[in-house]
Amino acid sequence: MAEIKIKNVAKQYGNVHALHSIDMTIDDQEFMVLLGASGCGKTTLLRIVAGLETATTGEVWIGDKRVDQLPPKDRGIAMVFQNYAVFPHLTVFENIAFGLRMARVDQAEVDRRVERTATLMHIEGLLKRYSGQLSGGQRQRVAVARALATEPEVLLMDEPLSNLDALLRMEMRAELKTVLAESKTTTIYVTHDQVEAMSMADRIAIMNGGKIVQASSAVEVYRNPAAHFVGSFIGNPPMNFLNASNSGDGLWTVGGIKVKGPDSSKQTIQFAIRPEDIVVHGQPGNGSSSSENSLTAAVRIVEPLGSHLLASCKVDEQLFRVILDSDAQIKPGDTLHWLPQADRVRWFDPETELAIS
Amino acid sequence: MSTAHRFGSFPVQLAGSWHRYLFTGAVILLCLWVLVPIYLLLVNTLSSAEAVAAYPKKPFPEIDTESLQFFMNYAGVGQALWNSIKVATVTMILSIAAGAPAGYALSRFDFRGKDTFRILVLMTRAFPLPLLALPLAVLYIRIGLDDSVLGLAFVHTTLALPFAVLITFSLFSGIPIELEEAAWTLGCNRFQAFYKVIFPLVLPGIAASAIFAFVISWNEVFAAAVLTIENRTLPAFLLQGLSDSPMHLKFAGGAVLVLPALLFIFLVRKYLFSMWGIANR
Repeated sequence: MAEIKIKNVAKQYGNVHALHSIDMTIDDQEFMVLLGASGCGKTTLLRIVAGLETATTGEVWIGDKRVDQLPPKDRGIAMVFQNYAVFPHLTVFENIAFGLRMARVDQAEVDRRVERTATLMHIEGLLKRYSGQLSGGQRQRVAVARALATEPEVLLMDEPLSNLDALLRMEMRAELKTVLAESKTTTIYVTHDQVEAMSMADRIAIMNGGKIVQASSAVEVYRNPAAHFVGSFIGNPPMNFLNASNSGDGLWTVGGIKVKGPDSSKQTIQFAIRPEDIVVHGQPGNGSSSSENSLTAAVRIVEPLGSHLLASCKVDEQLFRVILDSDAQIKPGDTLHWLPQADRVRWFDPETELAIS
Repeated sequence: MSTAHRFGSFPVQLAGSWHRYLFTGAVILLCLWVLVPIYLLLVNTLSSAEAVAAYPKKPFPEIDTESLQFFMNYAGVGQALWNSIKVATVTMILSIAAGAPAGYALSRFDFRGKDTFRILVLMTRAFPLPLLALPLAVLYIRIGLDDSVLGLAFVHTTLALPFAVLITFSLFSGIPIELEEAAWTLGCNRFQAFYKVIFPLVLPGIAASAIFAFVISWNEVFAAAVLTIENRTLPAFLLQGLSDSPMHLKFAGGAVLVLPALLFIFLVRKYLFSMWGIANR
């Protein structure tokens, strides 16, 4: 139906490069999330696809149609805004019907489609109300229903859940995922919330400084970050990074021990591991079972988080976070002896900041 | 008065209690400054001719509408009133027709010299009208606009336009751009989005701004006195006719001028506050 192709799109404001030459293809019916910190260009990219912003260079294709010169109304899109943008002077019914009225759909069909999308979003009881009489969550439902009612080929969502409270956000997240899977639209969803991104996306495009750093599935960006930025952005807590110096023959010295790593002529690279991907040796604290080949971590802070313990340590004078079982008996001042799970170690080039395989 | 309440409710930390007294005193003084003349005007308008001249005054008048009736029936008043309404109505239409698009452009588009333009709009108010009056009168006589409703309405429009621009600017700025963008994505072009979404939302404010333009024209006396002879508006007519009239008629004329203006401004005060940057929540 509608695949979105973004070809070499760049955006400049004066001398500021908001987007550097973005190339991306979003498959038909794919749920693509643009994830990044504020100012990374994700909203700008979305607005360029919507036609609310003009790219400085590049092309945008939706289906077989080049759309970058077309006004938003001719692009076959619908958009959901962060602040909902529910029209305050119209009832919920007329809000949802707005796009259909513009398309001159006949009244019977308008009634049918408003009814259907309102039921889908569980707001069928609110159709006679005005936006001022709705809660934030209800307004968000109206905004989504209004976008879906036009049965768009492409649905664009700009941080639609970020104004909702945490519990409601979790509920809406699951609901949106179900609804959008049924609607068969191609979706681009902008968020700065990585949990939201990972829970909903078919594919996540992680953006930084106006570039797409990695576009892949949630598990892939978590397990195999393509760049240092992705590792330090995804995950809570993020990946641990330690300096590694070259010991020759593909061996690297990390925190005093030698670890098998990539073949490289560089003197120093970075060793990276997720906080949960380590194996702690023996009972922490007594030091008796320390083996020659284990690393040591000096425990500084212990945070019991219920499902697990988060321990902030120092390894070789560098910050290192470890996730341990809730039963682990450790306290600040202890020394942990640990080893990385070999298949979970990743390596990064400190200059290009890209992963080394 | 509502002004006192507004400033009183500001979260201002006053250093000592004498500050508070000074502040309250100043507010009371300013209110009296405005209210006492209006009070006297009303009392004397509703008093008989003898009561106006009498001394000491009674605080509340026995209601006597004789002065008002006499004034309203005075030859030429009806015509002048009608002229005033015509000039003010044309002024209202012209200043909104020209001012609202300018306000919209200022709030929605970034263009070179935008800030300069805003200052210039205000600066026109700093230009003294007496300086303009004579050349304007000569020009009007030359092109045949003198002594006409339209000619005077043009001058009043230039006086009202800065306010129309700034009020509508703040109105449009108060409407999230996302509403317009949502309309665009739902199938509207720029014009349809304005007509279907923005216009219904700003309509009350536009009406207020129109009434304000009406009042500016209604109150204006200088240009009216210089540029019209036969077709005088009410203020110009009163300026000419009332200076030789007895006191009670002057009061009656004053009241007829002041009351509609006061009433109108009271009705639209919310929008004027927002133009001056005072929150109107």
